[in-house]
Parts: sequence; C-alpha cells; structure tokens
Amino acid sequence: METGDSCLARIEGVSHHYGKVTALHDVTIDLPTGRMIGLIGPDGAGKSTLLGLLSGVRKGQAGTVEVFGGDMRRAGHRNRICSRIAYMPQGLGKNLYQEISVRDNLHFFGKLFGQSQIEREERIERLARATGLLPFLDRPAGKLSGGMKQKLGLCCALIHDPDLLILDEPTTGVDPLSRRQFWTLIDDLRAERPQMSVLFSTAYMDEASRSDWLVAMDRGGILATSTVDELRQRTGRQALEDVFSALQAPDGKSDQESLEIPSRAASGDEPIIRAHNLVCRFGDFTAVRNVSFDIEAGEIFGFLGSNGCGKTTTMRMLTGLLSPTEGTAELYGKAVDANDLETRRHVGFMSQAFSLYSELSVRQNLILHARLYRIEEEKAKARTENLIAQFGLSDHADAEAGSLPLGLRQRLSLAVAIVHEPELLILDEPTSGVDPQARDGFWRILIDLSRQKKVTIFISTHFMNEAMRCDRISLMHSGEVLISGRPQDILDAKQTDDLETAFVSFIEEALEKSGTHAIETASPSEESAIPAKVAQQPSKTRAAFRRILAYSHCETLSLSRDPIRLAFAFLGTLALLLIFSYGISSDVTNMSMAVLDYDQSPESRDYLSAFQGSRYFSEKAPLRSQAEAEERLKSGKLTLALEIPAGFGKDLRKGGDWQISAWIDGANTMRASTIEGYVAQAHATWLASRPQSAAQSTAPMLVARYRYNPTSESIYAMGPSIPALLLMLFLAILMAVSITREKEIGTITNFYVTPTRRSEYLIGKMLPYLFIGMVNFAIMAATVVFLFGVPLKGSGLALTLAAFLYTFATLGYGLLIAAFTSNQVSAVFAAAVLSIVPTIQFSGMLQPVSALEGAARFIGNIWPTTYYMHMSVGAFTKGLSFSSMAGDLLVMSIFGPLFLLTTAFFLKKQEA
Amino acid sequence: MDRLRNIFWLGIKELQALAKETILIIFIIWSFGFSIYSQATGLGENINNAAIAIVDEDHSVLSRNIGSLFYPPYFKRAEEIGPGDIDARMDRGDFTFVLVIPPQFEQDIRTGRTTSIQLNVDATAVQQATVGAGYIQNMVEGEVARYAERFNQPRGLTQGLVLRRAFNPNGKESWFRAIVALGDQLSLLTIVLTGAALLREREHGTLEHLMVMPLTAFEIALSKVWSNGLVIFVSFVLSLTFVVQGILQVPVAGSRILLLGGTSLYLFAAAAIGIFLGTIARTMAQFALLMLLTVLPMMILSGGMTPVESQPDWLQAITWLLPSRHYITIMQAIVYRGAGLDIVGSELLTIAGMGLVFLLASISLFRRSVMTMK
Repeated sequence: METGDSCLARIEGVSHHYGKVTALHDVTIDLPTGRMIGLIGPDGAGKSTLLGLLSGVRKGQAGTVEVFGGDMRRAGHRNRICSRIAYMPQGLGKNLYQEISVRDNLHFFGKLFGQSQIEREERIERLARATGLLPFLDRPAGKLSGGMKQKLGLCCALIHDPDLLILDEPTTGVDPLSRRQFWTLIDDLRAERPQMSVLFSTAYMDEASRSDWLVAMDRGGILATSTVDELRQRTGRQALEDVFSALQAPDGKSDQESLEIPSRAASGDEPIIRAHNLVCRFGDFTAVRNVSFDIEAGEIFGFLGSNGCGKTTTMRMLTGLLSPTEGTAELYGKAVDANDLETRRHVGFMSQAFSLYSELSVRQNLILHARLYRIEEEKAKARTENLIAQFGLSDHADAEAGSLPLGLRQRLSLAVAIVHEPELLILDEPTSGVDPQARDGFWRILIDLSRQKKVTIFISTHFMNEAMRCDRISLMHSGEVLISGRPQDILDAKQTDDLETAFVSFIEEALEKSGTHAIETASPSEESAIPAKVAQQPSKTRAAFRRILAYSHCETLSLSRDPIRLAFAFLGTLALLLIFSYGISSDVTNMSMAVLDYDQSPESRDYLSAFQGSRYFSEKAPLRSQAEAEERLKSGKLTLALEIPAGFGKDLRKGGDWQISAWIDGANTMRASTIEGYVAQAHATWLASRPQSAAQSTAPMLVARYRYNPTSESIYAMGPSIPALLLMLFLAILMAVSITREKEIGTITNFYVTPTRRSEYLIGKMLPYLFIGMVNFAIMAATVVFLFGVPLKGSGLALTLAAFLYTFATLGYGLLIAAFTSNQVSAVFAAAVLSIVPTIQFSGMLQPVSALEGAARFIGNIWPTTYYMHMSVGAFTKGLSFSSMAGDLLVMSIFGPLFLLTTAFFLKKQEA
Repeated sequence: MDRLRNIFWLGIKELQALAKETILIIFIIWSFGFSIYSQATGLGENINNAAIAIVDEDHSVLSRNIGSLFYPPYFKRAEEIGPGDIDARMDRGDFTFVLVIPPQFEQDIRTGRTTSIQLNVDATAVQQATVGAGYIQNMVEGEVARYAERFNQPRGLTQGLVLRRAFNPNGKESWFRAIVALGDQLSLLTIVLTGAALLREREHGTLEHLMVMPLTAFEIALSKVWSNGLVIFVSFVLSLTFVVQGILQVPVAGSRILLLGGTSLYLFAAAAIGIFLGTIARTMAQFALLMLLTVLPMMILSGGMTPVESQPDWLQAITWLLPSRHYITIMQAIVYRGAGLDIVGSELLTIAGMGLVFLLASISLFRRSVMTMK
C-alpha cells in the first residue's frame, strides 16, 4: 500500500453508538503523518470517540481504523504499536493517580514501558525540568493546579518517546498563561522530534489555528479536512469561528446576529453584594486570599479564572455553603448566615455541574422548586408554564431532565434558578461545555434579566467573549483577585484589544511579584526534553516484572492514602470477628426457669436439684398457677416452666404413673431445641441417680462422646471458621473495589494504552492485597488463640500455607467480580452477596458439607472456602498434621490461578 | 406549616425519583418476597441430612434395626464402617455422628445386663451436634425399649417427662426464620435506601442546590425518612400479609396494629441511621463499606440468629444500643407470644429515642458535610 510513511491513520466507514446515541456516523478520513492535527467541533460531535478509536482505548464497532499501517481491531497490532502512541484523555489529570506524588506518577508510567531505574531518573529529570515541574516532584498530583496537572499528564505521555501524541481537549479549564506555556512546550517538542505527529481536539478556536491540518466535525460526521488556510479560502472567512459556522451551514449567511448589550446607568445605590477581605483555608491550603468586591443592583459582574483558582470557593462563601476563614461577605447589607432562610429567597443559584433532578421531568423540576420557594400552588403552576414557554422548553416539558442535550439543560437550570423571581443570581460557570450558539441564546436571557428586570447577576466563566459582555469583571488567579474593573478599562491598561493577552500579562506580573509562584509556572527551559541516547531495550521478562511491580507500588501508595479503605482493610475483619464470635453463640446458659411444684415432697425437691445445680438453668421465683406460668412465658421473662403434679412423690415410691411437664418458650426454635436437649439430659441424670429403678437398669445408656470440642462451646466452632468467611468477604470486596475504582476514575486507561498484559495488571493489583490478607490472617489467628483461648492443636505451618493459598483464591474471586461490574457500589454489593451466600450455605459453616446434597453439594465442593474452613477447623480443633492436610492444600492451590485465568479471559483491554 | 409543606413536597420528589429506578424496585420486591420465603424455608430444620455411620460389632437383629432407624430428611442413611476407620473418617469430616454398637449387645439386652452404645459426635458443628445427639438418643433408646419389651423387660411408659413448646408447638423453623428475615430485610433496605438517596443527591450536586434554598437540614433529612420509610412500610405490610401469613402460614398471635406501629417506629430509627451514614460517607463506595460494617452487626446481634441471652454480659450492654435488637424483641413478643402494649411499651420508647438521637446527630453533621465536600 502506498500508505507507508505519508499516512498516519486511515479511517474508513467508521460508525459508533452508545446505546441509542450515535457518536460517529460513517466517518472516512485519512490523516497525514508528521503533522499537528486539530479536531474541532461542538460538544457531542464525536471528537473524543474518534480519538479513543485511534488510540486503541475504544473498541471499534463498525468500519476499519488503521494506525501505523495496521488494523486497530487486531490485538496483536495494538500490542505492537501501543508503545509508539501516547494518549492523554479528556479531563484534568484523568489518567493520573491523584493521591500519589508527581514523581511516583512519572515512575509508574516509566515502569509500564519497561524502563530501568537509571533511565527513568534521567528522563523524569529532563521532562520535569523542561515543563517546570521540577520543584513539585513530591507534591501529590491531586494538589496541583489544573495547568500543572496537564503538564504532568504530558510528561507521563512523553516518557516513552511516542511517535503519535493524542491529546483530548488538553487545555479545557486551564488558565490562559498555562495554556500558552502548554502549546509552546508542544511546539518545542515537535521542533526536536519532527517525526512525531500530534493529534488534538479543542474547544478553543485560537488553538485550532495552530494546527497544520484541521478536521472539522459536527454531529458524528466530518464537515471538512484540510489545512487551515485552505479552509479559510474555501469559506471566504477569516475568523476560525466563522469558518466553522460556514462549514456547518454552507449556503447560510453568518447567522450570528451580534449580541447588543444596552449600557447600564450606574445607580449609585448601596451595593447588593459586598465582600471584604475574604479568606478561605482548607487545612494548610489557602483557596482564597483577601478577596474584596462590591456589586451594585442590576449589574452583571463577571468572575474569571482557571479551574481551581478559587472562583467556586468564593461563590460558595457568598451563598453560605461555606463559612469564610476570615473576612466578611454581605448580602443586602447583612452578613451571610447559613441559617438565615429569608435572604435565600431573594437569591437564585446555578452551580457548575448540572444539579437538577435528572430523573424528574422538566415540568416536575420547575414545580418542585416553585413549591420549595413557597410560591402558592396556583401561582407556582402558572409560573412553571410561563417559564417553560419563555425558555423554549415546551417541546421537552415532559422529558426527563437527564435526557436533554447540554444546552437545554443549562437553560432549564437557569429557569429553575429564577423560578422565584430572585433579585440576585449567582451563576457558577453556567456555559462551560455548551457550544457557541447555545451560549449566545443563554446570554440573551441574562441580558434581558439584568436590563429589564434589574436582576443583579454574578457570573463566573472562562470564555473571554463572555467576559467582554459583563459590566465589570474580576480576574482571579491562585486565590487572589489580580484586577477588577470594566472590560474596556482592563484592555486599556494593557493597551491591547484582546482580553486574554491582557490577562496573561496580569498573571505574569503577579508571578514576578511573588517569588515563590514564579517557580510554579516557570517557563520551559532551553534544555531538551528528549533524551539524547536511545535507551536499550530490557529483556521481556524483566520488563514484565517491572510492570507488575509498578501496579503494586501504585496500588499500595493510593491505598495508604484512603483512610476508609485502609481502616476497612486492617480493622474490619477484627471487628467483625469479635462481633460474630461473641454474638453468634448457641450456648444456652443461665436460662430463666421457674417451677410449679404441686407436690412439695422430698422427691420433688430431689428431682429439681438436678436442674438447680446446672449452669444451664437459673431458677426464678416459683410459680403459683398455670395462668401465671403462661403470663410469665408470654412476657419473655421465663424460658422454661416445670410442672410437678400433686402426688408425684407418692407415685414414685409406689411405682405408679407420673408425668412431669416442661413448658419451653418455642419462639426461637433453635434455642428451644437446645433447651429440650438440656431438659431431657437433666431428667436422665436424675433417673440414673435413682438406685432402685429396675426398669432403667436394662436400658442402655447411650454414651455420647463429643469429639474435638468436648464442652460443646460455640467458640471452638466459631473461632476457626469465622475467619474463613471474613477473609473471603473483605478481600473479595477490597479487590473488586480496587479495580472498579480505576474504571470509575479513569486511570484504567493506562492499562488499555500501555504494553501491560492482562496477567501483569491483575497480579500487580493483587500483590498488595495478598500482603493485607496475610496480615489479616495473622491478626485473626492470634485473636482466636490468645483472646478466645482456642488452642492451635495441629500444624500451624500448614494453616499458614492454606491461608496464603486461600487469600490468593479470594482475591482472584474479587478480580472476577470486578471484571463484570463497572462501578464501585455494584462491586461492593456483588462481592458481598456473592461471597457471603455460598460461604454460609455451602462451605460447611452452618451445616457440614457432608450433609449437603445435589447442587448444593456440588457448589460446596467447588467453593474454596469449603477447603479452607476444613483445614482451619482441622488445624485448630482436630489437631491435624501437615500430611493429613496435604490433599486439601493441593486442591486449594488450584483456585487462585484458575480465577486469575478466568478473569484474564473476561477482562476487556478496551472500552466499549 | 411551611416546613411541613416543604417536607411533604421533597418527600413526593423522592417517591417520583424512586418510581423510575426499576432495578431498585425489583430489588425491593425480591427482598420482601422471594428472599423472605427462601430464608424461612431454605435451611430446613435444625438438623438436616446429617451424615451418620455405624460400627456394628454385634451383627444382630437389634443392631441392624438400629442401623435402619436413620433416613432422610434428618439423617442420611447410615453407612457401615469398620472400627479402625472412625478416627480417620471423622478427621476428614465425612461423618458428624458415628454410632458404635459393642459385641453381644443384643444378648446383653435380652438377659438384662448393663450395656451401652457409644456415640461419637463431631462437635465442631455445635448446633447440629447437640440437637442431633438428642434425636439419636431418643431413637436408639426407643428402639431398644421396644425390643426389650419382647423379652419381658418392660419400661414404665407412662412414667416420665413431657416436653411441650409454648407459642410454636411443632417447633416450626419457618415461623421463626420468617419473622427474623422480615426484620433483617427491613434494616438492610431502609438503611441502603435512605443513605443512598442522600448520597445520590450529594454526588449529583443537587444537595448543594437544596442547601442554598430556603430549606433547613431538618426538612431535607425528614423528607427522606418519611418517603423511603413509607416505601418500605408498604412492602413490609404486603410481605407480612401475602408471604409470611399467606404462603408461610405463620400465625400472628398479637395485635397487627401494634406490630405495624412498632415497625413504623423502627423504620424511623433505621432511616435515621441511613441518613447518618450518608452524612459521614463522602462517596457511594465509602457508604457501601460503612454500611456493611453497620448492617451486618445489626443483623447478627439483634437476637435473630442466636438469642441475646447467649451473648456475654459486656456485649449485651453494647447490643442494647442497637435498635434492631429491640425491634426483634418486639416482633417476637407480638407475633409469637401475643404480647400487648403493656409488655412492649418500654422497648417502643427506646427505639423512638434512638431514632431521634441519630436524626439529630445527622442534622448537626449535615451542613458541615456539605461544606467540606469538594
């Protein structure tokens, strides 16, 4: 084929669906090699899906995707080329491990590509220096700013010198300065390695114009692919935004009526919002420092800044969701008080994320909020209908809010925020992720509210053109307000007509002032990011070993920083062991007994002495009548009532008929059976003690020998068997959660796009838990021996070996469950139910396996707990030696590898 | 009045949202329907299919008769093994009981000499061992007595002990287990449902939205308690009527009204615990782990599995703090013993008090937990 070097990837007839939603529809394009290729298009155009397919993260559904001249549907090809591709998913630091440090993250990625310690150190040093991350190597990734996270993401992607770098919206939510630095970095890298192709998607048109090959997408299809200049010529427009609109509607004119904003006369009233020196600290981290501003009635006040710069925190302090550490926030001249419900009626709020009830319909959402704002029923209904009409939601009034497209959802959120006609609106990034046309529509409503209804609007955004529409704006950067004023004044101050340029220079100014911050965003140094010499390839087994340890190390670090999981892992089993062992006891002692003695003879007293001496019974006040016996049994205060008939002594002496009645509280059937046994035993003891009982002498005494547990105390049975259940329960849950957590957070992408094999991934994740399992075993065994006083009579070595094999098996089972569950909650429940039920029912815990039949017997025989339970009971109470447990150990050793293989078979190495 | 309106409308919203959760509804129906039935009948009686072996060193008619006493469902058919196999096979766990009949046993009985049969019991399965040994004793002694009668060695059959069980004369396991299962499902589902409802709002950001509206934490919490409680209450009534009283034929000796009243109080307490856990946990996964560590002890220590009296004293003091223990006590008293308000009144008050404590605790944590979320 002529593809060779000139063609990076070719896509032919590719379609992709998520349920009913079509993400891509019959897409065919060729991508040239060695270029910087930009993907543009509104939200939901199919950009991410296309990038996912090209990187091999997503599994193709229809059509062919070829990258580097091979079919991406073939696993063999993917494995060969995956070390030539680097993929950075959408979302700030989505594939990074937030709990662990920058250095550990970089090492982790280096290890996945089989690099040696020395090689990694060298590369990390270079990359960190080039990106300005060097001073922050020991900071947890989660505590970096958005821009730094993306730089770290880039470092992680570049650690193995890829030939193709795929970046999915790498700069969304990053401040303007970091954005510039990011692209400069990419340019430098390309200058050094011209053979590297870069493929990126973006929502910023100015970024798209950097690319030398552009792919414009809309609604799952390709609008055009060409160089930027050619597209400009073709459409006859200059601004890329206009070019894109023209591509969307080729014959239409520029349908963007420009937005007219009536100017606002300064009112000179008292400000509605007044913030004075607001400070907010979380631990030793200062999110907001010394922020002050005043906002007047009817003003649109814009708040700008990158993700994590303190915008949201400031807004939360104004709404009373968060108390300021220092300073004051006033609304309508009163300090913001979380308990003051009256002020809240005048405020409407819309948060960053869509925060309505997605399972309720549009109408239900509106009416619910109207009711909660205590609008009268009639008015509430009228207002709802009104808003539905006004916001153009009539066609969707009965649709579930969650099913609406993003633009409509934002409109609904706004409608809900103004349902009670508030005088103040606080909007936190209401338009992020919404395409330009929808954003304009949204702003028309805002302007109308401000100018016609005199509503004060406090809005945060990171779009510069939106900022230009505000009456006044403030720029925030790492917790501080850098500048505040009318947009035109800010432009004038920096003598530019581009707000972003103005802001970048303000940020740079601020950084220069504070020495410490200068390092944080230090511009890339001149030094090369690419190691000069080509590293030697490590042997295959060595690389595999490194990858396994990479996952283990990473898992250990993140587990050690999650207090709830950690407590669950180390204290959970012990807590439940104590509860189970002391709580589940079939020993009946001190049960309350009372006697209705109609006879009152020496014989009757002799009979009763058989009961009185026993530790099982504790005698209460005697009964006077049968009615009283009934009453006291009913109240639950009596468990056993004995009735000795009148004339018992006489009949006994004469050999006549006599009958003693024992009434037992039968409510708890298990206990009743046990008590019956005790009563019969006491009776038999008494009979045996009577010397002249002729009839009795011939009846054989059945001599029961209780083996292994002569006193028949529950603890000897529970002690060895409960740990078997708990190990299974806890380890399966922890293991399943650890995998599904990666699925939920997105770090599983690293397993998809790196040369990690399934077995390496699974074993790597398993190793830390194998250790945890053995620690748990040791803790529980010590508790059983020393606290419960159950001696270990048999081979401790065999028991330990059994515990090791069993731990392996339970972890394998947890992995298997994780392969079929997609989120942590279902993993916890599935693992809990699927480990408790078979263990309790079929492993011999309640009923010996020998008592099971049919399917139950079969399950019991293939269930690992059966064998471990057997060995544990054997080692503790039966005193079995190593050799007599050898058979069980052999069987036990099969389960772990079997589960592991099965999981490896079912675990997907791609997303759907 | 305004507050009541808010609580009402927020609760209605919960119900509307729940109505769309098909999987959850199926789970509720399964839990209160099939699950109750299978838990009540599944395990069978105390002793079931016990594996027994006989070492017959007598080889007489009597010893053979004894050997044929054992048959399902309580026992498996007795297997005959040699005297040398006892230790090994019991070590392996093949048999729970091994009966050893000595040589010349039949002859000794006929001539009225003293003799005895040895029963080896694997006491590692305590429950089955104790109960099973009792059964075997009765069966063997009865068989021997009948045999001895033929050789004029009569026993005074009208002399002896009569055992009677009050409240459940036939000792039906399903009666007991059905009620315990009902109580367990109630605890589990109420806590899961209310806790998850709160966490869902938190994860979706709607809780934050509620907190900036003119609503108090008390209103938000109580609306979840009543709506989720109502769903479980209705399921409970249906399950009690159709599954427990209908299919399983468990008679309710006491007042149904009192039982339902006690149940609604307990629902309040359990829902409050759910809300409490929901405020502590940050994510759904943390909630799931916390819930396991809460619900399992609540079920195990409630007195439903083994009686509270069997717990050590210090543990009884702790389990007194579990609302589930009081609820199981109330249920058993009303259902089996027909107890009235005079007997269960103090327990009812205890449950109500506990519910109130948990609700107040969660409300005080509520705002703080919303604030620290991020």
